Amino acid sequence: MTDTASKPGQTEVWITGIGLATSLGEGLDANWAALQEKRINVDEKGFAPYIVHPLMPVAFDSQIPKKGDQRQMEAWQRIGTYAAGLALDSAGIKGNKDILSKIDMVVAAGGGERDLNVDSGVLTAEAKGANAPGFLNERLMSDLRPTLFLAQLSNLLAGNIAIVHGLGGTSRTFMGEEVAGADAARIALARIASGESDIALVGGSHNGERKDLLVLYEFGDFNLKDKFAPVWARKDHAGFALGSAGAFLVLESKAHAEARGAKPYAKLSSVVADLARRKQPGDMAATLEKLWAKLPKREGKGAIITGATGAEPATSEERGFLKGHADFPVRSTGTVFGHAMETQFPLGIALAALSISRGALFPPNDSTGTEIEMQGAPTQIVVVGAGHWRGEGMALVEAV
Amino acid sequence: MTAPRDKFGRPVVVVTGMGIMTSLGAGKADNWAKLVAGESGIRTITRFPIDGLKTTMAGTVDFVSVDPFSSTALSERMAELVTQEALEQAGIGAKADFPGPLFLAVAPVEVEWPQRRELGRDVGQLDITYDDLLRISGGGKYSAYHHRFMFGSVAAHLAETFGTKGSPISLSTACASGATSIQLGVEAIRRGETDAALCVATDGTVNPEALVRFSLLSALSTQNNPPQAASRPFSKNRDGFVMAEGAGALVLESYEAATARGAKILGVIAGCGELTDSFHRTRSSPDGKPIIGCMNKTLADAGMTPDQIDHINAHGTSTPENDKMEFNTTSAVFGELAQKIPVTSNKSMVGHTISAAGAVEAIFSLLTLEHQRIPPTINYETPDPTILFNVVGNKARDARVTAVMSNSFGFGGQNASLILTREPA
Repeated sequence: MTDTASKPGQTEVWITGIGLATSLGEGLDANWAALQEKRINVDEKGFAPYIVHPLMPVAFDSQIPKKGDQRQMEAWQRIGTYAAGLALDSAGIKGNKDILSKIDMVVAAGGGERDLNVDSGVLTAEAKGANAPGFLNERLMSDLRPTLFLAQLSNLLAGNIAIVHGLGGTSRTFMGEEVAGADAARIALARIASGESDIALVGGSHNGERKDLLVLYEFGDFNLKDKFAPVWARKDHAGFALGSAGAFLVLESKAHAEARGAKPYAKLSSVVADLARRKQPGDMAATLEKLWAKLPKREGKGAIITGATGAEPATSEERGFLKGHADFPVRSTGTVFGHAMETQFPLGIALAALSISRGALFPPNDSTGTEIEMQGAPTQIVVVGAGHWRGEGMALVEAV
Repeated sequence: MTAPRDKFGRPVVVVTGMGIMTSLGAGKADNWAKLVAGESGIRTITRFPIDGLKTTMAGTVDFVSVDPFSSTALSERMAELVTQEALEQAGIGAKADFPGPLFLAVAPVEVEWPQRRELGRDVGQLDITYDDLLRISGGGKYSAYHHRFMFGSVAAHLAETFGTKGSPISLSTACASGATSIQLGVEAIRRGETDAALCVATDGTVNPEALVRFSLLSALSTQNNPPQAASRPFSKNRDGFVMAEGAGALVLESYEAATARGAKILGVIAGCGELTDSFHRTRSSPDGKPIIGCMNKTLADAGMTPDQIDHINAHGTSTPENDKMEFNTTSAVFGELAQKIPVTSNKSMVGHTISAAGAVEAIFSLLTLEHQRIPPTINYETPDPTILFNVVGNKARDARVTAVMSNSFGFGGQNASLILTREPA
């Protein structure tokens, strides 16, 4: 027995809270309204030639009341701590000490937000001849802010959420780009379904407005340059536009939710993930097919929400996979929100749950015909997340 | 050994393979011999210049070379080597075909200074900004650095090399990461998702910036001379932890699957527990409640009482705060037994292997059970009079050991404990 797919357990798992802070705005109504209006928020100038989806400014004070807490975080942590607070609000458990003291957190995180001035200062000084053996040590000792480290550590997103919102259960941080978001949901679901946990906060956050990240992805020529286009229209102009976003979900056993009178947005029926070798063309599409087959039967009115990045060859492979399931209307979160890396999969689950709860899939936003209109209310939405380099995940979100 | 299931009806999870590497050396035999002999792996850093640093020693793994050097590459190579050792011992699956998932504890990944400096030189001008770096980063010249500095790169490499199944999980719970990787494996087996799991933890991050970061938080010992005496857990004059490198790998299996294939059982992961501290980013809640709760949850998970624990493998970092807090919280859980149960800190010899520590120390705990001998806490010359642990000071001690509690506490309020036993309860 080697299947790591979380089986739809004895216990039904509901999504009872959603928190979103994105380039389209904060909260479910603002994001939903923007999706209806087909609004996209891109910055083509600030990081030119690179394109990013900047965070719509939020009043951090409303979820992170202490300025001291805000100062201890870098942007990615503030976005996440903020979105986590929205999710707790949405689930009606903000400040509920009994529940927060036992809630299990699984966070998908990157990290490493750097102090660009320190880095460029060192490189400039070295270019100008500083070459004493201890030069780097001395500059780092004097120039790095002591608390910056804590703003860089991956697990300190979870740490800040625990501190700011008073969470006292368990805390695990998964890393590994896109699929970390799928694995976070997969493990949280498996733990609740098996009775190991009653309630969990799951999600991630990402600051896409970072030149150090652009450098990292530029190594692989993954950044979208010059001109924005929907994900499906980037074949000859491949790449992703980094997006700033925080997306958190409260997952809860049906029994736990019912006992406290909480209403579900949807249920999370299954999350599966794998690592295609991606050595040969078709490897990734084959893995997506395998994951698709592992999901529970889809007999309802279905749709697909994908985090396809726009990077190649992954996006073309995924498009091939999607063509085999053309009866499912597709929506790309990458087009609208940009690529929020670890956060893209939780964002997809959030939008699936939101669409189901609002009785409609949001409209297409695509010039290539890959995304088609959907009539009626979706009852089953498959969330797809294939990493730009490695990692594939899939989830089934269903109407309760 | 009769019970394939524990008293809660869950599959018993056993260890059938272990691999380890620390600053003391490679492999279980070498590490154990040096550990019980009280040798220190801490030495003055030679990997990079130490001018201008307050702390100039660490437990580096210098006998493994990677080229081009990066902390992530070293972490990956160490993880590969310890996994090979663990798989050889377990004799499970086939070559490059491990029959279960991978849970990897690994330090957060980022572009490092050697690579950043290479970019800086490539810019070829006197004033360098990130826009300049961006301008020369694309075009394929540095594509290997993209792969190298993906957070998931080490796990992807291990998964492909050893043929683990499904999506490998890379995790960080700071200094508790190693314990968390084991906990994830235990849970997957208990849920019946798999019969086997590969739990690996690795940390090769002794580099200038990592050292400076911990230094700026005043977390590190500055007692540089002699380096071997810097890590002195539970001593009155302890002044911080010593950064170190290392890796550990454990093959976990259900008791049923292990016995069915006739595998030798090295020990049992009887219980795991974790509890978040929301008090502060780097400090424990002064009342110690989260750590107390963590230890109690772990005992409850194992279905055991404090009197059944006969050895504690302490987190014992040698920081003023940790060691005191660990004694106070252990006392709250164990009562007077906290002063009787033999306690030791492997970090006195191997330093703090950060992301790897939980796994490294779980393996040392299992070796303690195997050899019925408790490795010493070295540099225990001036006991802290407020820490009344029965410290196994300076010399290894033979003892009857049936159940060990191993503790890991980390930045970000991460607390995790494990209980390891010789045989199923």
